[in-house]
Amino acid sequence: MKLVLAAEAACLACLVLLSQAAAAKNSEDVRCKCICPPYRGYEGHIYKQNVSLKDCNCLHVVEPMPVDGKDVEAYCLRCECKYEERSSGTIKFTIIMYLSILGLLLLYMVYLTLLEPMLKRRLFGHSQLIQSDDDAGDQQPFANAHNVLNRSHSRPNMLNKVEHAQQRWRRQVQEQRKSVFDRHVVLS
Amino acid sequence: MESEQLYQRGYCRNSYNSIASASSDEELLDGAGVIMDFHTTEDDNLLDGDATSPGSNYAMSNGGGAASSSTHLLDFLEEPIPGVGTYDDFHTIDWVREKCKDRERHRKINSKKKESAWEFTKSLYDAWSGWLVVTLTGLASGALAGLIDIAADWMNDLKEGVCLSAMWFNHEQCCWTSNETTFAERDKCPQWKSWAELILGQAEGPGSYIMNYFMYIYWALSFAFLAVCLVKVFAPYACGSGIPEIKTILSGFIIRGYLGKWTLMIKTITLVLAVASGLSLGKEGPLVHVACCCGNIFSYLFPKYSKNEAKKREVLSAASAAGVSVAFGAPIGGVLFSLEEVSYYFPLKTLWRSFFAALVAAFVLRSINPFGNSRLVLFYVEYHTPWYLFELIPFILLGVFGGLWGAFFIRANIAWCRRRKSTRFGKYPVLEVILVAAITAIVAFPNPYTRQNTSELIKELFTDCGPLETSQLCKYRSQMNGSKAFTDDPNQPAEPGVYSAMWQLCLALIFKIIMTIFTFGLKVPSGLFIPSMAIGAIAGRIVGIAVEQLAYYHHDWFLFKEWCEVGADCITPGLYAMVGAAACLGGVTRMTVSLVVIVFELTGGLEYIVPLMAAVMTSKWVGDAFGREGIYEAHIRLNGYPFLDAKEEFTHTTLAREVMRPRRNDPPLAVLTQDDLTVEELQSVINETSYNGFPVIVSKESQRLVGFALRRDITIAIENARRKQEGILLNSRVYFTQHAPSLPADSPRPLKLRSILDMSPFTVTDHTPMEIVVDIFRKLGLRQCLVTHNGIVLGIITKKNILEHLEELKQHTEPLATSWYYHKKRHPPSHGANGKPRSRVHHVQLIRSFQDGWGGGGTGSEEEEEEEEEVVCLLNGSSL
Repeated sequence: MKLVLAAEAACLACLVLLSQAAAAKNSEDVRCKCICPPYRGYEGHIYKQNVSLKDCNCLHVVEPMPVDGKDVEAYCLRCECKYEERSSGTIKFTIIMYLSILGLLLLYMVYLTLLEPMLKRRLFGHSQLIQSDDDAGDQQPFANAHNVLNRSHSRPNMLNKVEHAQQRWRRQVQEQRKSVFDRHVVLS
Repeated sequence: MESEQLYQRGYCRNSYNSIASASSDEELLDGAGVIMDFHTTEDDNLLDGDATSPGSNYAMSNGGGAASSSTHLLDFLEEPIPGVGTYDDFHTIDWVREKCKDRERHRKINSKKKESAWEFTKSLYDAWSGWLVVTLTGLASGALAGLIDIAADWMNDLKEGVCLSAMWFNHEQCCWTSNETTFAERDKCPQWKSWAELILGQAEGPGSYIMNYFMYIYWALSFAFLAVCLVKVFAPYACGSGIPEIKTILSGFIIRGYLGKWTLMIKTITLVLAVASGLSLGKEGPLVHVACCCGNIFSYLFPKYSKNEAKKREVLSAASAAGVSVAFGAPIGGVLFSLEEVSYYFPLKTLWRSFFAALVAAFVLRSINPFGNSRLVLFYVEYHTPWYLFELIPFILLGVFGGLWGAFFIRANIAWCRRRKSTRFGKYPVLEVILVAAITAIVAFPNPYTRQNTSELIKELFTDCGPLETSQLCKYRSQMNGSKAFTDDPNQPAEPGVYSAMWQLCLALIFKIIMTIFTFGLKVPSGLFIPSMAIGAIAGRIVGIAVEQLAYYHHDWFLFKEWCEVGADCITPGLYAMVGAAACLGGVTRMTVSLVVIVFELTGGLEYIVPLMAAVMTSKWVGDAFGREGIYEAHIRLNGYPFLDAKEEFTHTTLAREVMRPRRNDPPLAVLTQDDLTVEELQSVINETSYNGFPVIVSKESQRLVGFALRRDITIAIENARRKQEGILLNSRVYFTQHAPSLPADSPRPLKLRSILDMSPFTVTDHTPMEIVVDIFRKLGLRQCLVTHNGIVLGIITKKNILEHLEELKQHTEPLATSWYYHKKRHPPSHGANGKPRSRVHHVQLIRSFQDGWGGGGTGSEEEEEEEEEVVCLLNGSSL
């Protein structure tokens, strides 16, 4: 679990750093957008320029100026200029990360729901059936105590540990599913 | 809190952890009045710490190490058994006990601090861990909120088309630098391709409309399907908004796995899918859940929080503040939300930490800048126009609408959820989600206001008409001829565009109202804030435009004459939308201060506080007239969570005796005696009953109360003793006293369970009015309370009993209830007559039957109580 936490913390740090770094690096990521409403027969226009914050006004951004010299001030008064920035690096990173996590989860879901029961049936016959009703044992008060005390025992084998954790997780999810979808005691 | 004193007293008498240090002994001496009767009972005095008594001999031989001082010995002896003091799933924590534990731990660290530099560092770390954990929580929730925002925006636009040059950009980002300069072409940048363009190769025409329609439905359905499948397979707890459950958890309930890693991951992932599927739901409520998951996960890094359920809840309070902070970009609003809506125990220290966490989260989100507008939310707006006194009338009308909507929504949604819970219809969660998503998508697409993302809709409704008329809402007549100056006449007559927009908005309003009722409670992450706000914003905008047109056509009315001259900018329809949104949200959740502050932080203007307050207060009053509980309380009640609402008042005149268990005809109270049980007998008591705790009495003859032992602790302790101590057999004697009872020479070694005995259980006398008992439960967060009479244990009241009692009283008609209780009250307390209890008959099992009672008659059979299993569906039976 510590590992997961560390990974998560690293991810967060990456995200924050990336957002800062990308904003500084990529000059594509700033724009000044001026929206000028229709004026005396000239159509309304939207102007976008890649300029810095202090240059973000109608005089710098609107090019070519549609009106003559004396009307520029009146025209520009009506334009609304907004300075915007984004960090394309963060967006890219986020979307790719999101999609890859989603993809992994979907694969795992397919594995859990379709492949694993099939494999199990082929490998172990119906031994799985025996395993599935071992949660009846949990009802006994002392089984619970066993679990609690076992938790503090260290396990020699890493693989064993993973297996154990996965087993425990699966039982937990099953329990959750039962209480949410079947018994409707929570979250209905 | 006045309860602090009570805690203190609780501590003094508490030897739960039983580090019988000298200081705590002295404290015990100070409270002599309280403990005097301990002396009169048998050997039960803590003051006696010498190691020469026969009881300690056993301990010494067991200990092995040469213990020189008695305190050291005791320390060693009562070394905590792993797992004792933890809780089972779906159980209620004991706040008092948890706080005592924390103080004990703190004292230990403080006393060790001077010993070495390492210990000093450890104490510093301990002192700082509170701030560290909220900082980490804030960082994580800010980053996750950024991820959710960006991904949801992108996925939402995926329904429409795709960015060819860079897959990962949404529509807005895709056309970031493209230079389509005219208004007409502004949405048509070459990089962004709608699905029709990609598949059919044409952007216009009925064929492409149908293609887009089809792709929209296709994506909506597949997102919804993926979301519900992921929830079902990996983390069923990730569905729903999460706020009712978090409220319950913060009030001291344990739902294992509800704030775990998998729930966090699945909720984050599926929240994006659910929002993008176009269902009528929001991401704000689930963000609170996500933040709380972060808080819970990070609290595992710090022993101070991971080992103490009460301390953990302080972190969760701060986390929920961070959640709202990132959801609305409102750090102060988040803190107030945590205080007003979700938290149960909120000391000042937590207030600070919540604020800090909220600020950190907001800062992180701000630096990610998910929307490219340098704001934390999409629908941030800034108004500068003033409002006028007359406008309070439409604002209050909006408040009335909000209250009515809230009351209607709560009724309808609860009725629907109850149906889902109790009938077979609830067996098909996946199908239901698909169905609702399909209907939503099919109906939503033709209407531009429902087709777009709800947050964007709110943004559009909130913002005033600018130079770029982005929507039909702003198609006023005067702007058609561009010659007219823009600022000359902002209050223009509406032209057909606005009228058609009104129609579409009305249809959108009806659609949202209906769909939200069926959506909230689906088995996908679904928040309520955004749909409610959208409904309010639509209604508000309609009212705003109506008032604006009224002012335009009748500017000579006396109402408008004063301040709304021709050409003056006097009505801001966007403000009406905002007030409407606040009113509807207030009607549904019944929040007040926090809601006003959240909306105020959205606008950043102090001048709109009065309209907001007027609308929110009205909506709360109107809503309360139809039913006092908000949607979250209603869901808590529907699910039967053991939540004792601190806001409700208890006005009945019942006594503790009438509420305690067991009742008249119930089997007798299961109790343990302090020194004449064997392990086997104890096990059979535990196996044959399902109670979660057992009062410990002195002996069968004198039934005075010694303490309280929890079932879980007993089972763990017995199991632990079996493994670690030799010579514990089935017929070993179990004792809860300081010294072992004198035993025949050949008997096996006795088992000492004093360390798991709670020596300071809360007790009330049988004549305590229930209002006091309820108050004690609320303020101290008790789990159970023993009822005594003359020091003799009569029964037990648990939180569940109180909730059942409240529910019962709610259903009884008032006069009937009072007369019945008055009758009971007048009953002569016959059992008090002969001060001493008579001899009792017990069988070895100690499931005692008090056949004789104290006075016989009506009260006799009320003496036996048990603590019943605290199942989750507590109130099901009575509330249905």
